[in-house]
Amino acid sequence: MSGHVVIVDRIACDGFGTCAQLLPERVILDEWGYPIIDATPVHGSERQHAKRAVNACPRLALSLVKAPHDGATRTPAGPPAARR
Amino acid sequence: MTTTSTPAPPHAPHASAPRLLGEPVGVDLARHVAAFGPLPAQHGVKRGHAGPLVAEVERSGLAGRGGGWFPTGRKMQAVVAAAHSARKDPVVVVNAMEGEPAASKDSVLVHRNPHLVLDGAVLAAQAVGASVAYVVAHRGGRSVGTLERAVEQRAARGGDPVELRVLAAPARYVASEESALANFVGEGIGLPVTVPPRVFESGVRRRPTFLSNAETMAHIALVARRGAAWFREVGDPAQPGTMLVSVSGAVANPGVIEVPTGTTMRQILGLAGGTTGPVSAAVTGGYGGSWVSASAAIDLPWTPDGLRPAGGTPGAGVLAVLPSESCGLVETARVVQWMAGQSAGQCGPCRFGLTAVSQDFAALAAARLKGTGLAGLEKRLGIIPGRGACRHPDGAVRFAASALEVFADEVKRHLSGHCSAGRRTYVLPVPAGTVTLPVDRPGEEWR
Ligand SMILES: Cc1cc2nc3c(=O)[nH]c(=O)nc-3n(C[C@H](O)[C@H](O)[C@H](O)COP(=O)(O)O)c2cc1C
Ligand code: SF4
Ligand code: SF4
Repeated sequence: MSGHVVIVDRIACDGFGTCAQLLPERVILDEWGYPIIDATPVHGSERQHAKRAVNACPRLALSLVKAPHDGATRTPAGPPAARR
Repeated sequence: MTTTSTPAPPHAPHASAPRLLGEPVGVDLARHVAAFGPLPAQHGVKRGHAGPLVAEVERSGLAGRGGGWFPTGRKMQAVVAAAHSARKDPVVVVNAMEGEPAASKDSVLVHRNPHLVLDGAVLAAQAVGASVAYVVAHRGGRSVGTLERAVEQRAARGGDPVELRVLAAPARYVASEESALANFVGEGIGLPVTVPPRVFESGVRRRPTFLSNAETMAHIALVARRGAAWFREVGDPAQPGTMLVSVSGAVANPGVIEVPTGTTMRQILGLAGGTTGPVSAAVTGGYGGSWVSASAAIDLPWTPDGLRPAGGTPGAGVLAVLPSESCGLVETARVVQWMAGQSAGQCGPCRFGLTAVSQDFAALAAARLKGTGLAGLEKRLGIIPGRGACRHPDGAVRFAASALEVFADEVKRHLSGHCSAGRRTYVLPVPAGTVTLPVDRPGEEWR
């Protein structure tokens, strides 16, 4: 089922964890404080929480994008990110 | 652990005629033309459309030799399509960096037949509609000078239909990752950037970029001359052609050999003069690849699908053979420490995660890790992949995880405080002076 998913820009993210507080349904933090994101689409009220988390991220590292979001699936002709 | 020994057979296995390494002609362009023929003219190339060579490369079944084995023709198509829809001229980048410490195939190829690589770059550029091709190698390595002299020779003999530029990039492992390399060519900073967009749609100065490995480019040069059917005459039907393999470790004649894809490890070891004694395991693909047990992999064909049952990959064509008296965990700990030090330090899970994995592995190798520590290591290995901007952490984790599997018996021994290794010298190369932890703010060393 399509919908919107939360993604994080790993280079921009500073690991302060605001997102895990605002969207515990989709984000947990690893032992170093960086988000582990559940890429299942958000629906209904979850979508509002997700938007709040996106807006609250101090590094503008979170975004809500149409699923699926991936270089390989977005442009069918393109090479996948996988290597080796 | 089972051990396997392959002495050189009385009659070395018959190698198919080499294609890329057959006639080493060096930078001398006249000799290159005499050996391989002139640069074939490309007809019917219209701006914004794929030239006929793109379809020919697609038919050839050529897959990228930089490690990913992605179909090269499809990648060229994607670049042409992206250039068309963005109304931008694409760019070509040749990845001659050879970041894998146990690999030497690209520098050997550049040394022996630099014009084959350059021909491929020029032909690929024409076919996708690019007017410039950048050829990038490690700063301080010998490839840069060779490529520059080869380009001078071409310029002196009338030049090429597209501009060729040789660049020297920082000799860091992740600087040769594709987004980092495109970033270096465009902005002078050899650091990976967040994807998507991928380089095929937005690479050098936001232009669609056809970026491929040096060996891949050399194969393109031969497909253009001899055609797709010729290319498919040797090798595995799914990934045809020949491939370069950098063989090192416990073999009589370490070095680079060219074999048809689908050749087995037993045959490759035979061509390298046989093993120097019993061997237990081997690194396949590179340090972003994985360990295989020698007994499980010895008769598997070298293709991505063929090596999978043993957990291996042809990757960047690395085969490093471990003698039975060496400890695979000690070797892995050193490599993982180097890989952690190669992190660009931009992404938390890579920067902190690889450092933690490296520390766990050092403790395991020294037989200081306990069962709970191993559980912690396994958990870390499970959560890091896919969480960096580039695939560097995925490769490091894959390598570390494969060691836990292949050396499972040795792991048990180490957990109870013992190591069965009878040898204290290292087999796997780790570049000197580069074992550092990630720096705080990436700076000048990336320019
Ligand atoms: C950390 C890292 C290092 C890499 N180093 C190299 C390299 O030294 N040479 C290379 O050709 N590809 C390297 N790659 C793969 C490139 O990103 C890219 O996939 C490749 O150059 C594409 O060429 P191909 O399609 O001909 O395989 C590296 C990838 C990663 C993640
Ligand atoms: S709120 Fe933003 S910067 Fe903070 S951890 Fe989450 S994604 Fe990273
Ligand atoms: S994943 Fe690691 S190597 Fe890749 S960009 Fe992030 S910090 Fe750098």
